[in-house]
Amino acid sequence: MSTPSITFSRRSFIRTSSLASGGLLIGFNLFTACKPKVTPPVDISQLNFNDFNAFIKIADNGAVTIFAPNPEIGQGVKTSMPMLIAEELDVAWDNVYVQQGDLDTNNYTRQLAGGSQSIRFGWEPLRQTGATARQMLVNAAAIKWGVDPSECTTSEGVITNASGDTLGYGDVVKEAALLEVPENVTLKASKDFKIIGSDAKNVDLEKIITGKPLFGLDYKVDGMVYAAVLRPPAFGKVLESYDATEAKAMPGVIDVIKIGEKAKELTKEENSNWTVAMSTSDKVVVIAKTTWEALKAKEAIKANWVTETPLESTQDQDQKLLALLDGNKFNTLRKDGDIKKAFAQAEMVLERTYESPFLPHNCMEPMNFFANITDEKIHLVGPVQTPEFAANAVAGMLGRDVNEVHLEMTRMGGGFGRRLYGDFVYEVAEIANVIRKPVKVIFSREDDMTAGTYRPAIKYRIKAAVKDGQVTAYHLKEAAANGNMYGLIPNFFPAGAVENYQVDVANYNSSITTGAWRAPYTNFLAFAEQSFFDELAETMKVDRIQLRLDLLQKVKGTTDKRIEYSPERMENIIKVAVEKSGWGKKESGIYQGFAAYYCHNTHVAEVADVIIENGMPVVKKVTCVVDCGIVVNPLGAKNQIEGGIIDGIGHAMYGDLVFEDGAPQSQNYNNYRLIRMMEVPEIETHLIQNELSPTGLGEPTLPPAGAAVANALKAATGNRFTQQPFSKFPEMMQTKSAPKTIIG
Amino acid sequence: MPLYSITVNGKLKNVEVSSDTPLLWVLRDHLELVGTKFGCGIAQCGACTVHLEGNAVRSCSLTMDAVDGKSITTIEGLSENGTHPVQEAWKELDVPQCGYCQAGQIMTASAFLDKNPKPSESEIKAAMHGNICRCAAYTRIFKAVELAATKIS
Repeated sequence: MSTPSITFSRRSFIRTSSLASGGLLIGFNLFTACKPKVTPPVDISQLNFNDFNAFIKIADNGAVTIFAPNPEIGQGVKTSMPMLIAEELDVAWDNVYVQQGDLDTNNYTRQLAGGSQSIRFGWEPLRQTGATARQMLVNAAAIKWGVDPSECTTSEGVITNASGDTLGYGDVVKEAALLEVPENVTLKASKDFKIIGSDAKNVDLEKIITGKPLFGLDYKVDGMVYAAVLRPPAFGKVLESYDATEAKAMPGVIDVIKIGEKAKELTKEENSNWTVAMSTSDKVVVIAKTTWEALKAKEAIKANWVTETPLESTQDQDQKLLALLDGNKFNTLRKDGDIKKAFAQAEMVLERTYESPFLPHNCMEPMNFFANITDEKIHLVGPVQTPEFAANAVAGMLGRDVNEVHLEMTRMGGGFGRRLYGDFVYEVAEIANVIRKPVKVIFSREDDMTAGTYRPAIKYRIKAAVKDGQVTAYHLKEAAANGNMYGLIPNFFPAGAVENYQVDVANYNSSITTGAWRAPYTNFLAFAEQSFFDELAETMKVDRIQLRLDLLQKVKGTTDKRIEYSPERMENIIKVAVEKSGWGKKESGIYQGFAAYYCHNTHVAEVADVIIENGMPVVKKVTCVVDCGIVVNPLGAKNQIEGGIIDGIGHAMYGDLVFEDGAPQSQNYNNYRLIRMMEVPEIETHLIQNELSPTGLGEPTLPPAGAAVANALKAATGNRFTQQPFSKFPEMMQTKSAPKTIIG
Repeated sequence: MPLYSITVNGKLKNVEVSSDTPLLWVLRDHLELVGTKFGCGIAQCGACTVHLEGNAVRSCSLTMDAVDGKSITTIEGLSENGTHPVQEAWKELDVPQCGYCQAGQIMTASAFLDKNPKPSESEIKAAMHGNICRCAAYTRIFKAVELAATKIS
């Protein structure tokens, strides 16, 4: 790998300051220069995060603190992003202390958790940051010794010159702070990485396993009160009137108020049409001294609701989506060749429809947020994946300057896309603005599951034409609620591999709030597509692996810049998965299913092994091959990979949120099933070793999991699943008919 | 409101709350022990698991009336410095992803291993089945319980 020389256009990329407590504060801007008026603080305890908060702190004793800029939802970026800085700073990882940075739009960009993009976008800038700081420390040492900086080397926070003299970073931090910021730094070659590629444990591990306060729900300040919010019982209903007499008389209740006016203004704003996914109804809020008292008094409120928009049921949704698939009101997202002609000339046509339900996110930590609003400041604390958007929205809805907003991010008890939507932030801001006390809004599990921004039900219809043993046409149609697949998804496999190719999408407006859910769109599209190719191979009577490899062959050397996936990397993961899973070589009684998929810039192949236990199919093992480029933290990576696969299997098997008259029919885990320990297969992970820039892992292993399992279930039972969740069809799990022979 | 006395992590605590208040909220809101987590409120997810007289129980569904005078251990009191064999195993294998459910997982596992220090694979799976991990770090949770068993016996 080459060692790129990086040039910074502005000298203010890094600002330095001596700390009153000793040591050096190196302030840096990850992507653009710091604003000229920004002054670094002299005392870390006096640090104003709104002015300046992006920094590395090096103490006199050489201890290093790195502030992690991005929200941590369990995907591991609080560990992996500082690893990139520490690598180029050349310090021992064990000596690095990591702290969560607050929202600071002056000094950070893209403080967002979503789309598996944090590592991909942070890869270059975070390493440049560390390398620049390292060069300043080396320059300071070189001046002290009277030698050229090029004669000095560094290792684990110690600088060594040609004569063998050494100085620790802590010994030269004061001098380094006074130096010019170097404009050119050289990044390490990947062969010299010491931290990148080594196993690093979760930086919050010790705190997590001893129960220290870390999460939004754990945050507390003196005088804080709790708010429980009564929201509409069904999507489409709004508040007409309420009686809080009984609730107000209950123990611990401070007040009962109505909110909604400010939020309504927000939904009218056109600054985003998808991030503000929330009800326009007024809501009734119980303010109480404790969580339990607030939640309990909420139950005692008598509210009248009126229907404002049609109340949807799952049956209506199914009919609407199928009508869209049958109709002709599509937007064409990609069109190659002439599918109509190819289907007319086909020797064989396969067409299948795939159907999925609504899904709630079900983060283990229910939605919650803290706010304290005064005339001077808006203090917000809690778990949100989009802190910048939330801060702007709150300032906007309250008519305040965004500079008055101080937003602190807590560790998040899961995100999965739910915390991209700040409805709970707007709620608490509106409450705090009225009561002018520090307050935390808390969702019960029932609130969390029934006031969601769900993964919408989607149906796909895929049709392929075969002529002379070749796939000559591929037509993908999508019908969805509220939105359609976006961006580059139509350019995923098999785009470019089939001459006549078309992707058509349609949607209807649902009154149910919907949004991103771990691996948006591909979380079900992968199931449809990889199930379809499995069946297509069976219908064509060809080897199912070879069919995929033959198609990939046609994409190699493509000049089509829109094609997103790499046919070479896809081919490689498929071949490695075949080898590692013992594909086609397993003893009888093990039924295998295959899926390979590209999304979120990462290529993944999965093979599911199903066995029959007591007459029922059981997923025993999943072999997974992942190409995500350089693996920054293999220990964390494997955790993400395993979690993604199990999550994918769990939701394909059990996930199902049914609506009746606008109301979700599941409210808690007694009637909503999540995958649990006894249903979890063994997972064997293989990471492809290469020197390509890293891509993310929070999402990519989830989408193919459902297809790998469905294809294995087909092999085991003879039945092909085209609808999720599989548990809705217990008769298909029976193995009464002898399993068909697997081809390939 | 009635006055209740409970022993939490070896210390006697008196709280005055309504009789139907779940132990979970007394721990979190009154005693500032926030390591015990709220997940579902109906004893279905296990995030709120604590030890009551040595048994793993769901603190969200135990009222103060039911625990008055009893001894409770929370994640904060499981060991001095996170050195219980189960916690050590959790650290060794880097189990958590988001980490929210882990206190409950650890409390379930530690009470289970206390009674069954040499469990079989299926006994571990059955014992941990009541605790949901939404990040699905199940493979590591399973391995950590296995590892903790070797540390205990």
